[in-house]
Amino acid sequence: MSLVVEGLSKNYSKNLVALNTISFSAKKGECIGIVGESGSGKSTLGKVLVGLENYKEGTITYNGAPVVPTKRSRLREYRKNVQMIFQDSSSSLNPKLPVWESVLEPLDNFKECSPAFLEGQNLSRKETAEQLLIMVGLDKELAGRYPEELSGGQKQRVSIARALSIEPSLLICDEPTASLDVTVQVQILNLLKDFQKKMDMTILFISHDIRAVTFLCEQIIVLKNGTIQDQFGINELYHKSRHPYTKALIEAASIQ
Amino acid sequence: MDTVLTKSTALVRNPNMLGGIILAVFLAGVMFLGGALVPYDPFKIDMGNRLQEASTLHWLGTDQLGRDIFSRIVFGAKLTIGLGMLAIFMAVCIGVPIGLISGYIGGRMDAFFMRIIDGILTFPDFILAIAIAGILGPSLTNIVIAIVLVRWIVYARVVRGLVLSEKEKEYVLVSKTSFSSPIKTIRLHLLPHVMPDIIVMAAIDVGKVILLISALSYIGLGAQPPIPEWGAMLNDGQGYFQVKPSLMVYPGLAIMVTVLCCNLLGDGLKSHFDIRKGRQEL
Ligand SMILES: Nc1ncnc2c1ncn2[C@@H]1O[C@H](COP(=O)(O)OP(=O)(O)OP(=O)(O)O)[C@@H](O)[C@H]1O
Ligand SMILES: [Mg+2]
Repeated sequence: MSLVVEGLSKNYSKNLVALNTISFSAKKGECIGIVGESGSGKSTLGKVLVGLENYKEGTITYNGAPVVPTKRSRLREYRKNVQMIFQDSSSSLNPKLPVWESVLEPLDNFKECSPAFLEGQNLSRKETAEQLLIMVGLDKELAGRYPEELSGGQKQRVSIARALSIEPSLLICDEPTASLDVTVQVQILNLLKDFQKKMDMTILFISHDIRAVTFLCEQIIVLKNGTIQDQFGINELYHKSRHPYTKALIEAASIQ
Repeated sequence: MDTVLTKSTALVRNPNMLGGIILAVFLAGVMFLGGALVPYDPFKIDMGNRLQEASTLHWLGTDQLGRDIFSRIVFGAKLTIGLGMLAIFMAVCIGVPIGLISGYIGGRMDAFFMRIIDGILTFPDFILAIAIAGILGPSLTNIVIAIVLVRWIVYARVVRGLVLSEKEKEYVLVSKTSFSSPIKTIRLHLLPHVMPDIIVMAAIDVGKVILLISALSYIGLGAQPPIPEWGAMLNDGQGYFQVKPSLMVYPGLAIMVTVLCCNLLGDGLKSHFDIRKGRQEL
């Protein structure tokens, strides 16, 4: 599994450059962090990669084939392999559906999937959903509740369970911890780290918080105004050749 | 059990809803049982008994052809209310799917429907209904067709607007990245989202449409004599208004009560859904 992005550019309008000639690559099992201030184009990059936004220039290939194929059978394969978790835990679940219905949506569309958490058992839909909740450390009693009856951290765990249910090989996380308080952030990050090891999946972790990124990722990309400012391995974090902007981000994080 | 209890207490605290439900039960009773209970044949002409005052024999008196007014109003309830509901039901069935698809899929499909809608909207709906009824010829069926042709647009527009703001929400995006088909996303997420607003709108609209049908019948484009549709009864009575105002007063009251019922129900449902929404946003 490999993701290669080359010369990717995207404009929302003529003079709003959201992404400017972005290039990077990710190998199987790697965790890449993308940091940058608000408005730097992080979410845009994530959305382009899952095909929620289109792009004009550049190439993205996944396993050697161009990303977000238009042919339906190829698209299906792509969707099965690439999942995304969003920033806002409050709107990532349908308020009108009980949790267990929400969490099953991807698995319902990929019935042939027999993910490891099922252990080959033949469970009813509701039991499958409960099993998924247990997998992310939630009580199975939560299955019948509505999103309004869950805490932010619980909702984010449900979103993670939903994304991981079909065992994607690439998971894009767009600030999954931004709306949570610090202790819950750590729990969620640990959860993601566990699954990354267990499933050997690639994670693209987007955050404005460089501490969260250093906790999870081996490779870090610093984005500003849609351009890559700096790109380095985690062990070079405090190297003197770091870009001044990166240094500023690190400093800002350590003051907090 | 618990939810049934909270639901019923919530109802009592909502006087609009309570009033609306009481009136609706009463009107439904009249619609479904009235036909069997009325004392006279609403079509039976009895020239010896014209323009009688209210009495124990004829509770609301008789009209210019000696027909029992009470029987005619009760018989007309089924027709007037039923047609109003039918027209709105059909408008919802056309407008809601178009609004959902147009809003969610967007692109050329959206541009196409919006072109049609903007075109039709340049005319006030009463004028348009008159024009359509005029072209198709005066009859109740044609009035209903005319109203459906005009009203679906309102639903399509409202639904489209709701969908446009909701489809950027993350759970809808997740639905898409989960490889759900547009139809599935619409059915699972967007339709339940627009449903409360549609129910409120439809409840109020039934009242409006009953008024519209009656108005069109009153000016002679709708129900034709001797059909006891309430608007047509107003039309029938207008020549005798000086001698016997009750010929117009009773059908008018019937229309008023029905429209009131629809408005109360609509407002009651609206605050009911708003409270639920408020709870969700807490
Ligand atoms: N749908 C859109 N239409 C037009 N412009 C957009 C759209 N989405 C984002 N932008 C713009 O593109 C730029 C990058 O936005 P993006 O959402 O990718 O930033 P971000 O790095 O994720 O910020 P944050 O940390 O606040 O989430 C911003 O200037 C934003 O205003
Ligand atoms: Mg963002």
